[in-house]
Amino acid sequence: MKAPVRVVEAARAGVAQRLVRSDVLHTVRFVAGRTSGMALVLLIVSALTFAVFVLLPADPAQLACGRPCTPERLEAARGYMGLNQSAAGQYLDFLRGIFVGRTYGAGSAQVDCAAPCLGYSFRLNESVTTLIASRLPVTFSIAIGAAVLWLVGGVAAGVVAAIRRGTVADRMVILGAVTGVSAPSYLVGLLGILLFGFTLDMVPVSGYVSFTESPVDWAWHLVLPWAVLALLSAAVYARLTRALMLDVLGTDYILTARAKGITESRVITHHALRNVMIPVVTLFGLDLGGLLGGAVITEKVFSMAGLGSLLLDAVGNVDLPVVVGVTLFSAALILVANFVVDLVYGLLDPRVRA
Amino acid sequence: MTGHQTARQSLPKPAPRLTDRHPDETDVEVAPRDTLLGRLGHDHLAVAGAVTIVMSVLAALFAAGLSGLSGNDPFRYHLDALDPTGAPAGWGGGIGAAHWFGVEPLTGRDLFSIVVHGSRTSLLVGVGATAVAMLIGVAVGGTAGYFGGWFDAVASRVIDVLFGFPGLIFMIAVGAIAPIWFPRVLMLVLVIGFFGWPSIARVVRGQTLEMRTQGYVRASAAIGAGHAHVLLRQILPGLTATIVVFSTITIPGTIGAEAALSFLGVGVPPPTPSWGRSIGDAVTWFATDPFYLLFPGLALFLVTLAFNVFGDGLRDALDPRSRGLGR
Repeated sequence: MKAPVRVVEAARAGVAQRLVRSDVLHTVRFVAGRTSGMALVLLIVSALTFAVFVLLPADPAQLACGRPCTPERLEAARGYMGLNQSAAGQYLDFLRGIFVGRTYGAGSAQVDCAAPCLGYSFRLNESVTTLIASRLPVTFSIAIGAAVLWLVGGVAAGVVAAIRRGTVADRMVILGAVTGVSAPSYLVGLLGILLFGFTLDMVPVSGYVSFTESPVDWAWHLVLPWAVLALLSAAVYARLTRALMLDVLGTDYILTARAKGITESRVITHHALRNVMIPVVTLFGLDLGGLLGGAVITEKVFSMAGLGSLLLDAVGNVDLPVVVGVTLFSAALILVANFVVDLVYGLLDPRVRA
Repeated sequence: MTGHQTARQSLPKPAPRLTDRHPDETDVEVAPRDTLLGRLGHDHLAVAGAVTIVMSVLAALFAAGLSGLSGNDPFRYHLDALDPTGAPAGWGGGIGAAHWFGVEPLTGRDLFSIVVHGSRTSLLVGVGATAVAMLIGVAVGGTAGYFGGWFDAVASRVIDVLFGFPGLIFMIAVGAIAPIWFPRVLMLVLVIGFFGWPSIARVVRGQTLEMRTQGYVRASAAIGAGHAHVLLRQILPGLTATIVVFSTITIPGTIGAEAALSFLGVGVPPPTPSWGRSIGDAVTWFATDPFYLLFPGLALFLVTLAFNVFGDGLRDALDPRSRGLGR
């Protein structure tokens, strides 16, 4: 019984070694291909986004020009903001600003916007990059905690539902999932505030404390937003995991694994879950990327000053450079998240690389 | 939940044909299980969803009449129904014979009328945006799958990119700078619809790709039918089921998008009633007047839930292989 196993193991090790060697080249090519692909898509997306906002009839110079807005002053404002040229010229300026930075105006009124310059808010007198950097930790904290909770919770619920199919547990998950998918996050958030914040007085209902200031207060202020976001997103993951798991559990290779006498828990974790995780991770990457780009609703409900609230304020005040900058930044985040996911499961699943 | 579901779920794989019946199901048979409506009728959750949808559609159609029953409309101020702080006077946000759901804080407008009229906004934007998404999605997905080649490559790439686009962020941003003369509701329909089409396009593309190689499509092309005829007369009918199911499961998402945008203050402008905006307004009041949050919130939740449950049921009924909840 033992000998053949050892032979198989030895053969497997040899094959693995040979694979590893040829894999390095493969991997380099794969990563390089994906990276250049992403750069191209980023460029296209940024051009399109820019075009949308430049072509729409809101004129930042008009808003900044003051009253009375004489044609001369309007022209001066245009020149100062770099709007006195074609849309393509403005886009090129914008791109150049990202790589080498740019300056607005000249002389005593000169404003510098250092290297990754995503524009300059003349309303807040701050570069968009600085604004984003100051808000990012808040959004980041909300997103990461919630994402971990919902990934673990959702996948676990989905797996349990699939294994215990048709039982009370399964129905609870299905019902919970369809309820979670239907409930708007702000509604659940507000109910959470009402119940745990106002009525039970257990957790703080608004505000943000930075991690470096006090990790405990940081987590304590984020408990409710995390729970609310996770609860709702977990619904989607539970549905997806359950459906995928049921598909996989019906396949021949699972039957084979069971026939070999592998314990059921190992069949689930090592054989079935591995395949289930590929689409789940794809979705996770997109969702996380989206959330990092601004948990707009959650930030509003819990009065936290993250990227989403930066965007909402900018929209309210027609602060166009901030609107464009934040939109582009969150689009880029999703693309990068997508790229990382691609990369990760390209490395995990050799079939993707072919 | 129902006997029939457990029976179906215990059937061995591979899934039996539609006409096969489990022995112990025959005694509870009321409608034939081999028609779509018959199967749907056995899904109690789906029936409840359908009833709720019909009720909300009726409420939207006869909104003026419904709110007129108590002699109210969603626009008239009732300052006499408020206490000196601006909160509704009386229990439950001013619930009473005159105002069934109470009144809005500060203005005293009738909340029942606002909720009933809000269904108009929700359904109009939800269905409209879904129609836009279906139109673009089927057109792009169908042609991409049918013609293939570079067109397909470009279309697929665009779909991929749009899939991972920060839709909500973009919708908020566009809302900020859209010209004032452009009707807000129409803008919402277009913008929400535009970000909704990639998923249907992907599915339609896959199905068209499959259908393209099938006998009846090739035969049609062989006897001289043009591309337009093949696409519209041969392939499109085969996509009907997909389109119907996808529409049903897209609507709750588009309704939710409208409500979210209105909640954030960049959706439907006042005084047009909108559930999302009412919920947003209720934020500052819900410690003193939770009923102002409750009624619009409940309406939004129930309608969304109804579409989701009905969509799930419809998909199950159309696809015998799906097991309760698909992807």
